[in-house]
Amino acid sequence: MSKTLLIAFDAGDALNGAAFCQQSGAYDVIQIMGEPKLDLGAESVTTWNLPSQPPAEYLANALKDTCANYTRVVAVSSMQAKDGLARLAGLLDWAMITDVIEVVDETKFKRPILAGSVITTVELNASTCLLTFRPAGFGQPTIGGNSKQESIKPTFTGVTKRVSATVREGGRPDLSSAKVVVSGGRPLKDADTFEKVIGGLADTLGGAVGATRAAVDSGIAANELQVGQTGKIVAPDLYIAAGISGSTQHMAGIKDSKVIVAINTDGDAPIFDAADFGLVMDLYEAVPELTEKLKK
Amino acid sequence: MKILVPIKRVIDPYAKVKPLADGTGLDLGNIKFDINPFDEIAVEEAVRQKEKNPEIQIIAVSIGGAEVEEQLRKALAMGADEAIHVETTDPLDPSIVAMELQAVAEELQPDIILMGKQTTDNDNNQTGQILAARFGWPQATFASHVELGEKSATVTRETDTGEETLMLPYPCLITTDLRLNEPRFIPLPGIIKARSKPLHKRERQTSDTPRVAVLDYVAPPGRSGGKKVGSVDELISELKAKGVLS
Ligand SMILES: Cc1cc2nc3c(=O)[nH]c(=O)nc-3n(C[C@H](O)[C@H](O)[C@H](O)COP(=O)(O)OP(=O)(O)OC[C@H]3O[C@@H](n4cnc5c(N)ncnc54)[C@H](O)[C@@H]3O)c2cc1C
Ligand SMILES: Nc1ncnc2c1ncn2[C@@H]1O[C@H](COP(=O)(O)O)[C@@H](O)[C@H]1O
Repeated sequence: MSKTLLIAFDAGDALNGAAFCQQSGAYDVIQIMGEPKLDLGAESVTTWNLPSQPPAEYLANALKDTCANYTRVVAVSSMQAKDGLARLAGLLDWAMITDVIEVVDETKFKRPILAGSVITTVELNASTCLLTFRPAGFGQPTIGGNSKQESIKPTFTGVTKRVSATVREGGRPDLSSAKVVVSGGRPLKDADTFEKVIGGLADTLGGAVGATRAAVDSGIAANELQVGQTGKIVAPDLYIAAGISGSTQHMAGIKDSKVIVAINTDGDAPIFDAADFGLVMDLYEAVPELTEKLKK
Repeated sequence: MKILVPIKRVIDPYAKVKPLADGTGLDLGNIKFDINPFDEIAVEEAVRQKEKNPEIQIIAVSIGGAEVEEQLRKALAMGADEAIHVETTDPLDPSIVAMELQAVAEELQPDIILMGKQTTDNDNNQTGQILAARFGWPQATFASHVELGEKSATVTRETDTGEETLMLPYPCLITTDLRLNEPRFIPLPGIIKARSKPLHKRERQTSDTPRVAVLDYVAPPGRSGGKKVGSVDELISELKAKGVLS
């Protein structure tokens, strides 16, 4: 069996991807942004140390030749991984599998379809493959090793021009890997209320903030906070959903949470079927009360 | 200017779908089908661009069995000018869809391919990127705003940490995200007019077989939720007992 190449977009991504790679055997890492923080037992770590993520066209062109030395090129599922790795799949003419949740054997993988309503086993009928995986199912990585490290300057080619980019980092933990996530839905009145009520509880718990598509659509929450089938997948120890009905599309993103709490005025809301603890209460009363009591 | 819009017929995204008991497929009795929501957004965007620039020609294309004609007619009713049906009942995967779309696009020479970021049934999120790479065209996935200029498209796209705006010289490929627009309600005259718009049928142009095949379908492990608590205090003590609050 030959080596796996992990494309890590930053140090956090390298950590999130390590357990999967350690289970697959020997692996190398290419890290796009920042310096590696921990030795995670890769044979080699090549850092590009870029100040921002390159557009997919540049990324894929720069990675193409290196990938040809591997039979598996993998990344933690994220929008940038899907953007870039699927482009690589086209350049290399390789197969690709998105959102792997379990490795059955070298050619068989499990992945959800239909917003997580069904789990499929897929078989790879090719020798090479790119894949993205959800780290939740692969446990914690072993820390330590003696990775060979080098820093290189890749050659970028492409015609895409980046005009501008907004990177919002509220100082909160990364949503995809946070231990606590507090999310809000449609009934949050406006962006300020959302930030005060949902953000307030999240900060008290040292957690990340998430939102439903309904909240994002109505401009209450930023797009990168959307959790669900077509947003981010989270797997915290504690997920608190306030004013969220529990659509299939939203649940697709939170099913791997250890404990789900739902706060909703409608006792029949579908979210209560999946929540470990349900509180039938107005979020405008429950969330501030919870925040206050947890501060003490 | 020519815009090619690939669309897929998918299981109604709001339907509750279960696997068959023997795991060989999905239980599709009584299930409705529709245009993939992201593809509907792509058609809508193309139509809105055409409303600004009547020179734009919109061609919808779908690969699949006879039944996909229903979704192509819907795209025509929304405002596409023509439709192409690549008729096949072969199993498909993103690589094959991309190859077939490439064959169509090589003939039509569109300036833009505008398509969904992912299908809500298979959730692959691959086909657009694969197709763009096969052509060597620039790509902007997850678009939330599109402006079509003389020589290039300016696309604002959603990223993991916010947004970015890219400028792509034509020809280019754009995939849609939910916030790009809200598809219109189709008025009756549109539906009637769509019946007389051209819908061309053609055969597959490539002969590759899928590199990724589904072996079985099972239901995910359920969550045994359902416990209600009566107050915030009770919630806090339950969470402490579970060890998720200190
Ligand atoms: C293609 C597609 C993809 C999608 N992808 C996603 C996705 O990734 N993520 C996602 O979240 N959605 C997604 N959706 C949307 C999804 O179908 C739902 O529409 C959405 O999740 C609903 O959001 P919500 O729960 O905030 O709103 P609603 O369904 O309107 O629920 C609001 C809830 O708040 C409760 N409530 C009202 N007032 C209060 C109060 N004062 N206190 C407490 N509770 C209150 C109500 O009882 C209700 O249950 C997608 C849809 C489509 C078609
Ligand atoms: N059978 C098909 N016919 C036409 N377009 C398709 C087909 N399958 C997928 N697509 C297009 O590819 C996009 C992404 O699909 P996927 O990569 O499967 O998630 C969809 O939104 C469609 O625009």
